[in-house]
Amino acid sequence: MSIQPSGIRKFFDIVTEMKDAISLGVGEPDFDTPWHIREEGIYSLEKGRTFYTSNAGLKDLKIEISNYLKRRFGLEYDYNNEVLVTVGGSEAIDVALRAMLDPGDEVLIPQPCFVSYEPCTILAGGKPVIIELKGENEFKLTREQLLDAITDKTKVLFLPYPNNPTGAIMEYEDLKPLVDIIIEKDLYVISDEIYSELTYGRKHVSIASFPGMKERTIVINGFSKSYAMTGWRLGYAAGPSVIMAQMIKIHQFAIMCAPTTSQYAGIEAIKNGDADVEMMRDAYDKRRRYLVHALRNMGLECFEPYGAFYVFPCIKSLGMTSEEFATKLLHEEKVAVVPGTAFGNCGEGYLRISYAYSIDNLKIALERIGRFVENYRK
Amino acid sequence: MREQILKAIDKNSKISAADLAIMLGSTEEEVKAVIKELEDEKIICGYPTLINWEKIQCERVTALIEVKVTPQRGLGFDKIAERIYKFDEVQSVYLMSGGFDLTVILEGKTMREVANFVSEKLAPMEAILSTATHFVLKKYKEHGLPLVQTKTDERMLITP
Repeated sequence: MSIQPSGIRKFFDIVTEMKDAISLGVGEPDFDTPWHIREEGIYSLEKGRTFYTSNAGLKDLKIEISNYLKRRFGLEYDYNNEVLVTVGGSEAIDVALRAMLDPGDEVLIPQPCFVSYEPCTILAGGKPVIIELKGENEFKLTREQLLDAITDKTKVLFLPYPNNPTGAIMEYEDLKPLVDIIIEKDLYVISDEIYSELTYGRKHVSIASFPGMKERTIVINGFSKSYAMTGWRLGYAAGPSVIMAQMIKIHQFAIMCAPTTSQYAGIEAIKNGDADVEMMRDAYDKRRRYLVHALRNMGLECFEPYGAFYVFPCIKSLGMTSEEFATKLLHEEKVAVVPGTAFGNCGEGYLRISYAYSIDNLKIALERIGRFVENYRK
Repeated sequence: MREQILKAIDKNSKISAADLAIMLGSTEEEVKAVIKELEDEKIICGYPTLINWEKIQCERVTALIEVKVTPQRGLGFDKIAERIYKFDEVQSVYLMSGGFDLTVILEGKTMREVANFVSEKLAPMEAILSTATHFVLKKYKEHGLPLVQTKTDERMLITP
C-alpha cells in the first residue's frame, strides 16, 4: 500500500514510554464537553433513543446546522439535500474525496496541514499535489502558488483554514485573489473549517460565501473543536446537492449514520452552546498570547497565529531539524511537542505547540523549553 | 479592559499583573493601574481564599438561615440587614424575593454556637418575625469551583 502511517504516530509511541513527560502535543480541547450538552446525550439514552437515524442525520440537527451556517458565516444551505451529518470532520473529508475523484484526478494540498488529506486522496484514487506553504507568507496560500500548481488534471483544492498545525487563518482579502482562479479553472474546494469558531480578534470567512463559490465548495465542519466534543465523533459537510447526493450514498453504505446519542447532544450544542464557545475561545486567546510572548522571549521566531489552538515557532536558528529538536526536548526536558514535519515536509524547521492546556501546565513546559533553547544557543 | 481583568481574576486572584498583561495584550503598568482603580472604587472588594476546611478536620459548621422581617419605615430592609451583617459570624446576607426576606449565611465552630447566635442574637431582634435554620451537611461547589473531585487529563499524549 502506498500510504504511510501518520508521522505523528511514531512520535506518540516514544512519548507514551516516557511516564512523567508533559505533553503539548494534543490536537483536541482540554475542556470537558459542557455539562448541558453531555446531559442531553444522557437524556437521549434514558429515553431509549438508541436506534439508527436517517442516513444524512436527524432532521432537527440538519436544520440547526443549516441555521448555524447562516447565522455565523452567511452561508445558505437547504437542510434537506445539502447537509450531511458525519462521524467527525474526518469522515466528511474522506467521503467528499471519494465522491468527487476519478482515477488520476489531481488534488491540491497546501501543507503543512492535517494528516489525513494526502492518504485519503490516494485511497480515493486521486493524485495528491503538494503546495508547500511558506513561513514568510504566514502559511497562507497565495495566488501565485495556486496558479503554479494547477494542471489540466487538477480537480480539487483543499483549503484548511484556520489551520492545524500552523494556526494560520485566511481572511477575506487573502481568499479573494484565489476565487477567480478557482472558478476559471473549474476547481472544486474542500474547505476544512473545523476550527472556524476558534479565531482570535478576526472573524472567520468561508470561501463558500464568495459569489460563484457555493456551487463548487464542500464546507467541512463539526462539533469536536468548537464544543470540545472530540470523542463524540460528530461532524458535517455542506455543499451543492449534486455532490452531496453522492456523498450521502457513500456514507450510507460505509457508515449508515453518525452515532445517535452524539446527534442529540449536537442539537443541544449548536442551539445553546454559544456561551460555551465564547468562554473557551476567551481562555484559548489568553494562553495563545502567553505562549507567543514566551516563545518570542526565547528568541524563537513565531508569527502571530490567529486561529485554532496551535503556535508554530521556527527553530531554524538552533541548527537542528524539527525531529531532532522534538526528540532531544523530550529526552532532556521531558516536554513533548510535535515536529512540523509530521504535517508535511515543508514543516521542517518548525514545531507545533498546542495550547489546549491550562496556563499552569504551559508555564512549567515553557520554563523547560526555555532552558533547553538556552543550552543549545551557547 | 476593566471587565476583561475582572473576568480573569474572578476565578484566580493570584494571577500576576505581568501575566495578566501578556494574556490580555496590555502592559503591566496599565493592568496595575486598572486594578488599583477597581480596588479604590470598591468594585474589587477583597481577595479571599477558597478553602475546603473539611480536609483539615477543622470543626466548622455553616448554616443558612431564612429570616422574615418587618421592613422599617423609610429604611426598608437595609437597616435590619446591616444590624445582622455586622456580626463577625455572619458570612453573607442577601435580600430575597419570595417566601422570606433575608438569607443569612452563618459560620460557627459548633452547632451549639450557631444555635446560640440564632436564639440569643438574631431571633430577639425587634424587626425579626421568624427564622428557619438549615445546617449545611456537605459542600460540593463554591464560587464556581468544585470542591470534591480532582480532574485528571485523560487525553492521549499526542494526537493529530
